Amino acid sequence: MTLTEQREAPLPAFEDDETDRKLMIICSKGSLDMAYPGLVLANAALGEGIETHIFFTFWGFDMINKETMGHLKFTPVGNPATHMPTMLMGLPGMTAFATHMMKKQIEGIDIPDVPEFMEMISDSGGHLWACRMSADMMHIGEDELYDRVEGIISASDFMEISEGAQVIFI
Amino acid sequence: MATATLMDREVHVDDEGFLTEYDEWDEELGTYMAERIGIEMTPRHWEAIRFLRSDFTEQGVTPTLRRVSTSAAIPTKELFTLFPKKPAKKMAYIAGLPKPAGCV
Repeated sequence: MTLTEQREAPLPAFEDDETDRKLMIICSKGSLDMAYPGLVLANAALGEGIETHIFFTFWGFDMINKETMGHLKFTPVGNPATHMPTMLMGLPGMTAFATHMMKKQIEGIDIPDVPEFMEMISDSGGHLWACRMSADMMHIGEDELYDRVEGIISASDFMEISEGAQVIFI
Repeated sequence: MATATLMDREVHVDDEGFLTEYDEWDEELGTYMAERIGIEMTPRHWEAIRFLRSDFTEQGVTPTLRRVSTSAAIPTKELFTLFPKKPAKKMAYIAGLPKPAGCV
């Protein structure tokens, strides 16, 4: 060995045993701003080779209902983080305006809308599940749900699928 | 930035092994780096890698997986087949670029 000899370049940890990592994200909200956190995290997890499931329940059904998934709204009412006067936020048209603004911002940084995002997650190998109780309560059948949803499952099914998973509730 | 050897060449790499100097890369080195991570390059692999290289010069950042799928017209599903498990990072590695920093 000489002093000038170089070490061989390290290899990124691509083959690390991350395959046993598993993630279950529960999406329980139906507003535009609360739809994204789950989708962004699911997409990131899939990009890391992590087995990823999303369970849609209660208001989260709006994210997988064919009629509503492309039309989620953002309301500034009761949200102090908008830093706008509370009195104004409830005015007619404010939700439509705020939704329009948020969609523009999301598109502006090249983030897909909800239906496209959902398709991307499914194409990346993510699993989408709908909640049985919510479906029964809202009288929604599989036909009305986004076609990439793999099934309407019960709470016990959820327990089986999420075995060994890290769970995130949104 | 540390130097190391790859295919008997002296190159600059970060702690994980991603190249840090755009011009130290060529397709021969890319092929070798792909082999190191178990990927045999095909014309379709090259389409993706060449897109990454050219997009990096235009945008100054490594494109995310979504950008590759929408701008280079290679579907997400196919990218996961070509570069299994961690497509965005594997593509960046083979292309001699930094890891993509974008969220989506």
